[in-house]
Amino acid sequence: MSVLVIAEYCSEGLRSATLNAISAGLKLGKVDVLVVGYDVKSVAQEVSKAQGIEKVILVDDEIYKGAVAENISLLVADMADDYTHILAPATTIGKSVIPRIAALKDCQAISEIIEIISEKSFKRPIYAGNAIITIETSDEKVFATIRSTAFEAVELSSSSSIEEKPAGIDTALTKFISSELVKSDRPELTSAKTIISGGRAISNAESFALIGKIADKLGGAVGASRAAVDSGFAFNDCQVGQTGKVVAPDLYIAVGISGAIQHLAGMKDSKIIVAINNDKDAPIFQVADYGLEQDLFEVLPELEQSL
Amino acid sequence: MRVIVPIKKVIDSNMQIRIKADKTGVEDSGVKMAMNPFCEIALEEAIRLKEAGKATEVVAVCVGNQKSEDVLRSAFAMGADRCILIVTENKIEPIDVAKTIATVAKHETPSLIITGKQTIDDDNNQTGQMISALLGWPQITFASEISLENDKIISRREIDGGAQKVESKLPAVITADLRLNEPRYASLPNIMKAKKRTIESATIEQMGIETKSRIKIINIEEPPQRKAGVKVSNVKELIEKLKNEAKVI
Repeated sequence: MSVLVIAEYCSEGLRSATLNAISAGLKLGKVDVLVVGYDVKSVAQEVSKAQGIEKVILVDDEIYKGAVAENISLLVADMADDYTHILAPATTIGKSVIPRIAALKDCQAISEIIEIISEKSFKRPIYAGNAIITIETSDEKVFATIRSTAFEAVELSSSSSIEEKPAGIDTALTKFISSELVKSDRPELTSAKTIISGGRAISNAESFALIGKIADKLGGAVGASRAAVDSGFAFNDCQVGQTGKVVAPDLYIAVGISGAIQHLAGMKDSKIIVAINNDKDAPIFQVADYGLEQDLFEVLPELEQSL
Repeated sequence: MRVIVPIKKVIDSNMQIRIKADKTGVEDSGVKMAMNPFCEIALEEAIRLKEAGKATEVVAVCVGNQKSEDVLRSAFAMGADRCILIVTENKIEPIDVAKTIATVAKHETPSLIITGKQTIDDDNNQTGQMISALLGWPQITFASEISLENDKIISRREIDGGAQKVESKLPAVITADLRLNEPRYASLPNIMKAKKRTIESATIEQMGIETKSRIKIINIEEPPQRKAGVKVSNVKELIEKLKNEAKVI
């Protein structure tokens, strides 16, 4: 089997989800990594250290600025003949390009793989993770996204060659204008070891700031339920759940979050879950390792001071 | 300017799903069904474009079984001008849904197709991207704001780490993210009127689409369940447990 993994990166460099996708790819066969973008040479250098890969293919051109899906998809579709599997992490770039490439090659894509059974058979969650489906594809090629929390990341401790390849065709369908990135010194949500999340019950910006302070003391990231994002106290990008981020940190602290299935879908694979809620019937307690049934406005300042 | 909105009927998001005893699927008989929430957002956006004088006609299209008629009635009640049902009694995969919508688009020549970013049953997040690939159109996934300017569309997309602004040519496919808008509730008079509207209909075979099942379901099972742990009585005890028992801080 020959596997191509499309690397995901951000302005800070390689995103760790790529290393989880490489690890999934290595279970299937030999892995090449594609870094496509504009001004991404450093990303190629970083990922070339990934353990177990054959080589890195670098396509660096202005037509890929902002990771424009139309251009990337066309490029990858042209490379697909050399591979049996084309994978990407299930991040915004991966989710945008994998189905587009699959359709260009008349294949049915497979989203958010959590387990590899064989080269054609996979497990993936459906219904917000309330069911796990095992499927087998009869398509000749597999185009799939990988849920990063389900695969251990490979280490960056090796070195392989970087092969530069010329850019493909510019479709000129979509042009990148600008990006607004949320500046944060905290770890990235999907790869953080500790996450503290706030929900609907946190009804003011001050308390949400306290969540941030606790996150900083723990060296963790800040998450939020949909309700907290809707109320305007947290950025959209912090939303954990079925339609937001899927996380699996070592420690997940849910503060004032009731535990709707859509939220649980995004965090129930965390190693240790702590629930802080004054509603003893909140469903979040049914999945929590440690539950503290107390008013969060009392708990948060005390927690912040005790850490 | 015409806007097409593909619609899917799914199990209502508030229902607890039940897996069939033979593990081949999820029980959907006797279960409350609804329009996929992201399709509602897509439809709302199309209706707002019409209300703003930017679009002239909103066409909702559903690829599904005969019973899917009721979500198209909901689409009429929200404000769709026309509704089309492409009937198939088989469960079909996103690539075939995309082929069907792309075929409808060739007949209807819309300037925009707005889909939901994903359906909450299969959680695939694929159909919009596939439609635009098949038509060779731009795709604007995870849109949280759009504005039409002559022959182009400026969009704000939700991406990991923040947002991105892009400019695309028309015609284009947009996939609606959660915060594109808040869909309206249909009024009772509009729900009543919708019952009398005519749904245009054709079978998937009449559309000339050859569907092919590529994905075989081996089984569907419950995810591993977490067990509820212990209750602690105060912050001090919580920190002590996290330090010494769970060893995570």
